This record gives sequence, structure tokens and C-alpha cells, in this order.
Amino acid sequence: MNDLVTGRARIDARFEKLQAEGRAALVTYVMSGDPDQETSVEIMAGLPAAGADIIELGMAFTDPMADGPSIQVAGLRALKAGITLEKTMAMAAAFRRHDTETPIVLMGYYNPIHAYGVPAFLATAKTSGIDGLIIVDLPPEEDAELCLPAIEAGLSFIRLATPTTDDARLVKVLQNTSGFVYYVSYTGITGAGSADADTVGKAVSRIRRHTDLPIAVGFGIRTPEQARGIASVADGTVVGSAFIDALRNSLDADGTATATTVSAVLDLTRELAAGVAAGKK
Amino acid sequence: MSKPNSYRTGPDGAGRFGSHGGRFAAETLMPLILELEDAYRAAQADPSFREELDYYLEHYAGRPSPLYFAERLTAHFGGAKIYFKRDELNHTGSHKINNCLGQILLAKRMGKTRIIAETGAGQHGVASATVSALFGLPCTVYMGEVDVERQQPNVFRMKLLGSEVIPVSSGSRTLKDALNEAMRDWVTNVADTFYIIGTVAGPHPYPELVRDFQSVIGDEAKEQILKAEGRLPDTLVACIGGGSNAMGLFHPFLDDESVKIVGVEAAGDGIETGRHAASITGGRPGVLHGNRTYLLQDEDGQITEAHSISAGLDYPGIGPEHAWLHDVGRVEYSSATDADALAAFQLCSKLEGIIPALEPAHALAHVAKIAPDLPKDHIIVMNMCGRGDKDIFTVAEMLGVKI
Ligand SMILES: Cc1ncc(COP(=O)(O)O)c(C=O)c1O
Repeated sequence: MNDLVTGRARIDARFEKLQAEGRAALVTYVMSGDPDQETSVEIMAGLPAAGADIIELGMAFTDPMADGPSIQVAGLRALKAGITLEKTMAMAAAFRRHDTETPIVLMGYYNPIHAYGVPAFLATAKTSGIDGLIIVDLPPEEDAELCLPAIEAGLSFIRLATPTTDDARLVKVLQNTSGFVYYVSYTGITGAGSADADTVGKAVSRIRRHTDLPIAVGFGIRTPEQARGIASVADGTVVGSAFIDALRNSLDADGTATATTVSAVLDLTRELAAGVAAGKK
Repeated sequence: MSKPNSYRTGPDGAGRFGSHGGRFAAETLMPLILELEDAYRAAQADPSFREELDYYLEHYAGRPSPLYFAERLTAHFGGAKIYFKRDELNHTGSHKINNCLGQILLAKRMGKTRIIAETGAGQHGVASATVSALFGLPCTVYMGEVDVERQQPNVFRMKLLGSEVIPVSSGSRTLKDALNEAMRDWVTNVADTFYIIGTVAGPHPYPELVRDFQSVIGDEAKEQILKAEGRLPDTLVACIGGGSNAMGLFHPFLDDESVKIVGVEAAGDGIETGRHAASITGGRPGVLHGNRTYLLQDEDGQITEAHSISAGLDYPGIGPEHAWLHDVGRVEYSSATDADALAAFQLCSKLEGIIPALEPAHALAHVAKIAPDLPKDHIIVMNMCGRGDKDIFTVAEMLGVKI
């Protein structure tokens, strides 16, 4: 592994490269271990070639309070198939052996990390080639828990900004954010709404007045057309529930992977990547 | 841990009770959570808020609730003198109304136009539906499918009161999942919606404000026992779901060192079976529903399902202030099984003519364990925090009776 290209550096390098290409990033969210670890590893390995610029790896949790039914059920499938935080990080490490450039960001809730122990988690995450963390239930008010130790360990802590985050609060939200800012396009849970490019564009301009970091937008982006619209106004387009749904639709009646599961996710990745590429800024 | 000068000063500015509590909430909710804290501070400083709350507590809820000497149970156990703080006599049948009245007055002050709530046993749902009807606000109550099934009378009651009841089919389909779903609604409708949390849990300032609204129980009990006995009680006992009725009784007594305080968690089939809801006895600290506290969870930090005959105690966590009171050793946390509670439920009905809710039946089960061996001048005050009308179907089934 190239030690120079780790942590924050890998995310920064990726956005610099995309900036040079004049296009936004396609950030793909997949649930680690869904529907099983073997399939999940295969999906992850195929994502960069299919057009994913950054991989968000969901950490399954029994009680995902900000997620809609699709991601809730995906997490339960993964847990049923035996996923753990340890195995998720091992999957990232396996991915890193073949790909030293695509950033991996873990996304989820704090309790599994709390149970693992913050110092041990950060050490393992670092050696596994993980670049950043998005933890839904850790607002700036709780920075001492994980955000500051993560920055110390050289990992990016990527914060969510939302439509309810006003200008005064944005300053606080952005303070310890690195890598990129994740703008949540609507007030609600994943998979429930639809991102409107005009509204999002205004919000992105507002955030830009406060930061030089790249701004990725997620929640409510499902189709190549939507991806194109968002890619025209932001530095990154995050897609989650649409991948989860494509994967679920490929499963057999018992929820087991079939011959089409991997391609279902990768085909959608290709379509969305084309949408993002068409959204030249 | 060193002994604090007072046990009543928490939480700190960050919403912590020791290492517990906090504000582990999604960013979408944070501005509102901070606004709620401001609104609560303003209400605390405004005498008219307290006056209005006191008015409704007295004339609408029926406070003060009596402190009743349970003479026949006392004679039956043959030891300590047992008093019940009769919050089951409140309008809507439990202590939950104390908190709901406080929170809906806050909602009004904040200009919110829609109420949501979670419920387990349905008592908090009914109390939320009741205050929503009283103040003319639409109310949506989330309730796990399992609880909808075992608390049918309360489901119908909420509907009569004009509320919408949404059965929750995710996870274990009980209280924890109802809370998740209420949080999801809140994130979605954050602009106009006030979330009335039913227990001393959730992100700061909820544990504090629910405690404050429930402390009327302990404040009254203190005054009443001093009048009845001329001294403080020796032991307080209350059941613990999230811990609001217990905190309400305990908090005014925390600095009275002579008073021993016991919280009773639900031991379900027995702690050793793993099928229980005793998060302090059988859990570890973790983060869920906005706060750090003791949680039932596996090695990997996944929340495990709680089990209790009582829908109101069937929760894998406990309020953060209780977690701290456990850590510092001020309150003792014990547990009672389904079977113990069922026996206490029947005993109380037959000997006192009071059908208790299954929740306080757990507290009574603990009283039944300790009272016989205590001297006759030992005074126990137990929180009879709810009545058992809602539970007769569950109990009939357990006893093999068809109704
Ligand atoms: C009568 C009664 N007691 C106790 C509880 C448990 O809640 P808490 O521990 O917050 O008092 C409930 C909850 O539904 C209840 O209905």
C-alpha cells in the first residue's frame, strides 16, 4: 500500500483529479455484507471500474434512525448473514490490496464503533485503508467522542449539513469537517424523498460561501437524470437507496444472492456514472 | 467514583450525567433540539408557565394524587409499612399525563402545530392523544405491532381521542422500534412537529425536562409522608422502563441520605435466560436514541431485543440519569420477573382492591421480596404509577382464562 496516499489525502486527491476532468464525483453507498459478505466483496471490487469515484460502505446497525425501509432491511440482511464491524473493515482492507486510489468512507451509527472501542476502531480503520467516516448520530456537539480522535488518527470526518442547518450553525458544522461536506437534500430519512436540483443548487451556493471543501449531495437521487442535475450544481452525487433496491430486486425469494446480483448494482453504477459525466459543470 | 455534593445538579451544559446522556442526534434535528432547550429555559424563567402547568395538573389531571397506606398488604407481608403513591388515579390512568401536559405547553410556546409520540404500553400514547385533544392539535402515535396487539384497549382509546395510531413493523416491533419510527417522522416533519418523548431518555434536554415534569410525584410524596408519618420514608421503590415514573419519585429525595432508593427493571423470563429488559443489570453503556446509557446489546454493538410481559418496560435502554445514579451508587437497581409481577398483580387486586398496571406490579414484586424481613417501623413508598385496566387481556391469557 502506498503510504503517501492514505486518509484525507486519498479523498483530496480524488476530488482534485475530478476537478481537472471537470466533473462531479459519483459516490456509491452500498451496505457492507448485504446480502452476504462474498457478494459484497465482489460488488465493491467492481464499483470503481463501473464508474464509482468514492465508495461509501454502510455499517449495518439494528436501529438506523435516519434510514428508510430499504436501508433498514439491507442492514438486517447483512447482520443476518453475519456482518460485523470487524468484517466490514477486513473487506475494506481486501479492497485496498487491489485499489490504492478509490477512497472508502464508512457510514453508519456510533454504537457499533462505541462497542468496538474508539482507539481500537481508529487503528484498525487506518490500517484497513479507510479514508473517512460519516456518523449520522454524532453532531458537532459530540466532537470529542470520535471526530477529534479520528482527525488525530488521520481520517476525515465528513459531516452532514442539512436544510435545517442555518448559516450560524454551518460554521460549527464545518469546523472539524474534512474530505468533503455531505449535503442532505431534504429533511427526512433515506429513500423517502426526491432531490430537486434547483433547491439543492441554492443550498450548495450557500455552503460554498463558508468552505472550500468539495460538496457532495445525497438523499433522493435515484436516476441518471437526477444524477446529471445534481452533478451540474455540486461536486459529488451520492446514491444509496437506489443501489440497495437494485440489489434487493435481484435476490431470490429467500433473500439470497443470484447470478444477477453483482451486475444489478454495477449496471446501475454505469448508468449513474454516465448521468454524472453528462452533468458537466 | 467520588461522591458529589448533590445528586440533583445534573445534567451539565452538554446534557451529561457523568458519562451518560448527551446529544447523539442527526444534524437535521440538532437546530430544533437546541431551540427546544432555549424554549425550556425561557419557560422555566417564566412564572406563568409553571402556573398554567399547575392549573392543568390540578384541575385536569386531578393532582395531587393521594399517598395511601396499603394496610392489608402491609399486614400480609408482616414487615415494613407500605405506602402507595397513587399516580394510577390520574386522568388517563398513569403518571404519563404529568409529562405530557408539560411538553404540550412547551409545544404551544414554540408554535408547533403537530404532535408525535411513541408508546409501548399505550399509556404515554393515550396521555399524548389526550393533551393533543385538549389543545386541539393533530397527534400521531407510533406503536410497535406487538404492543398494538397486547394493548388493544389503549389503541382504541387513542383513536377515540382523535389520534392516528401507526403500527410499527420494523425490528422487534415494540417500544424501541416505535421510538425509531417517531424519530424518523420527526426528522421528516421537523418544521411544524413537536415530539413528546414519553420517558427520561432521548437527546438532551429531554431527560432533564421529562424528569422535571415528573418530579411533581416526589415533591408531593415528600410532603404527604411528612404529614402522615412526621418523617422521611426509609425506602423508595419504583419500576423502570425508560425510568420516568421512577425519576419523578426519586429525584426530590436524592439528597436525603437516609432514604434508600430502589429501581426495579423487568427481568422477563429471568436475567439468566437472556430474555429480559434489564438494561442496567444485564447491559453495557452504548449510544441509542440520542443518549449514552446502559443498553442491551451484543458484542458488536447491535441492540438486542428486550423481553417483558409489560409493554411499558419492554425497552433495551434506560434514562441516562439512572445510568449515572447507578454508576455513583446512589440508587440500587434490582429486577423482577414476569412471574413475580403477575403474582404481585393478583395479590394487590385481591388484598387492596387496586388492579395495578403490570409495570408497577414489578415494583410491588420487589416490595414483596423485601417487606417481610424489614422491621414494622420501616416505611416504604412505592410508586403505583398506573392502573391495570389495559392489562387484563394479557393477564387473562397468562392465567389461561378466556374473556
Ligand atoms: C403505568 C406505566 N408505568 C411505567 C411505565 C414505564 O415508563 P417509565 O419507566 O418511563 O415510567 C409505563 C410505560 O408505558 C407505564 O405505562
